[in-house]
Amino acid sequence: MSGNSEPRKYKNSVLNWIEFRLPIISYFEKEYGDYPMPKNCNYFWSFGALATITLVTMIVSGIFLAMNYTPHTDMAFDSVERIMRDVNYGWLLRYIHSNGAAFFFIIVYIHIVRGMYYGSYKYPRELNWILGVFIYLLMMATSFLGYTLPWGQMSYWGATVITNLFSAIPFIGEGLKTWLLGDYTVGNATLNRFFALHYVLPFVIFGVVGLHVAAVHVHGSNNPTGIDIKSKNDTVKFFPYMLIKDTIAVCVFGVLISAVIFFGPNLMAEVDNYIPADPLVTPAHIVPNWYLAPFYAILRAVPDKLGGVALMFGAIAILFILPWLDTSKVRSCNFRPMYKWFMMLFFVNFFVLGYVGMLPAEGLYLLIARIGLVYYFGFFLIITPFIGWIEKPKTLPASISDVYLGGGKDLPSAVTQKEIH
Amino acid sequence: MAGNHDNKRRDFLQLSTITIGAVGTAAFIWPFLKSMNPAEDTIALGTTEVDVSQIDEGQSITVKWRGKPVFIRKRTIEEIEEAKTVNISDLKDPEADVDRVKKDEWLVLVGVCTHLGCVPLGQKLTDSKGEYNGWYCPCHGSHYDTSGRIRKGPAPENLAVPPYTFLNDTTIKIG
Repeated sequence: MSGNSEPRKYKNSVLNWIEFRLPIISYFEKEYGDYPMPKNCNYFWSFGALATITLVTMIVSGIFLAMNYTPHTDMAFDSVERIMRDVNYGWLLRYIHSNGAAFFFIIVYIHIVRGMYYGSYKYPRELNWILGVFIYLLMMATSFLGYTLPWGQMSYWGATVITNLFSAIPFIGEGLKTWLLGDYTVGNATLNRFFALHYVLPFVIFGVVGLHVAAVHVHGSNNPTGIDIKSKNDTVKFFPYMLIKDTIAVCVFGVLISAVIFFGPNLMAEVDNYIPADPLVTPAHIVPNWYLAPFYAILRAVPDKLGGVALMFGAIAILFILPWLDTSKVRSCNFRPMYKWFMMLFFVNFFVLGYVGMLPAEGLYLLIARIGLVYYFGFFLIITPFIGWIEKPKTLPASISDVYLGGGKDLPSAVTQKEIH
Repeated sequence: MAGNHDNKRRDFLQLSTITIGAVGTAAFIWPFLKSMNPAEDTIALGTTEVDVSQIDEGQSITVKWRGKPVFIRKRTIEEIEEAKTVNISDLKDPEADVDRVKKDEWLVLVGVCTHLGCVPLGQKLTDSKGEYNGWYCPCHGSHYDTSGRIRKGPAPENLAVPPYTFLNDTTIKIG
């Protein structure tokens, strides 16, 4: 019988039965068990795992919220209040979901900072970087759609302002806007489709995350030195070493997000969103969510409608071509004495842009936003290509293991690693 | 030669198959895309009739048309004068006041800022009317004058004038 000829790779016969028909067991063993991680990876490398776990948390809490939410302009606001007051643990589900979104962006921003500082976007991981930027774009779209659903004043006017961005496009803008809204203004048709899209996009994100992870596993993870893995001595297996390390990161993250969920659930919320949407009254001060604020600052820094919209989308689009703007062969900023500081300044600048993006666009704030805008684009289009040509990088270590053998204070850990192998 | 002839037939078959497939796919996608445009009942809500007999000079009312606020202001003599005496070539979106009203005292506007769609302030007597005595958009700081024309700020165009007619002296039909 053919059953007798099935290979016996595992002790468990059920696993063998599955493996013979769908080699998924060996796939997971290879990608999440034996997968070699550079042994010098620091805790910045835990943020990919954190992001994945947060995505799953968002999808699960979202599905349970959807069971009690009503996507209708007359009922949406009340259904959210009902979730908060009457649905069992509804308040917890909603606070997990709303704060989870904010923490998702914190994690992803740190993940992006890691990728930029250590040059993870460079050859041969460019496609991986592009997939990552694509995930970031999808996240922004999803969070914007989700923010509309409670149908408060900020939901309504945020949706109005953002969909009006499309009307800046010459000729087709107005028609495109009406098509997106399904009405002449943000209305019931809009709320319905936003809910449908908000439900489906996270699963799209999940799919792209799968590609993102698969892509990084092809050439292996980058590491703080930015140099390639030379031998087995440079690595440790994902299981158990990195799994344990990531688990510790998850525990610390869990403490932080729980502290916010239970003790300051509205710290990152806008009070105006607890006022039901009113199409005839605009709040005096419309604020985007903080994680979108840097781009909002860029939009408002330009005194021209089309120009502002173009630069705002351009600020995101430019991330896609970063791997080709960087002319340096050295990945890690640890070995790039000049670029390192411009990179740090870029992170600070992004933070400052976000800060002024949440304040009124006038006077000093407007001036700061304009300077920030110039540095944002200057960093990508001028500094990044030119530094690569003029900078003299520090000498790279011969291998990842060398870092441990050379540095006196790291020696004990190098010994430990040797014992393991 | 026969092979060459065959290849040409094959190319033709391939091209025509791809073309038919593409046309079919586009035809299939079209209803889905079209379904996202405003539905018939949404379009049908396109007209609103307003009784304006209760509005005094200098007052404004806001009515809803196609889900948007429409401002109806009965302008004072000074406001009309202000709107008419502006040098048109100085305007960002040059338009004479006479082209924006049907009767001098009645100004009818779509109350949606042409920048990013906020509702400008200036309808209530206590509101800030901006530097040009018309409307002021609090979102990104656009100032409109007594004819609803953009005078200062990021908005690219004047406040839109909706299609409307006077059914009689005190009733306006918008849409």
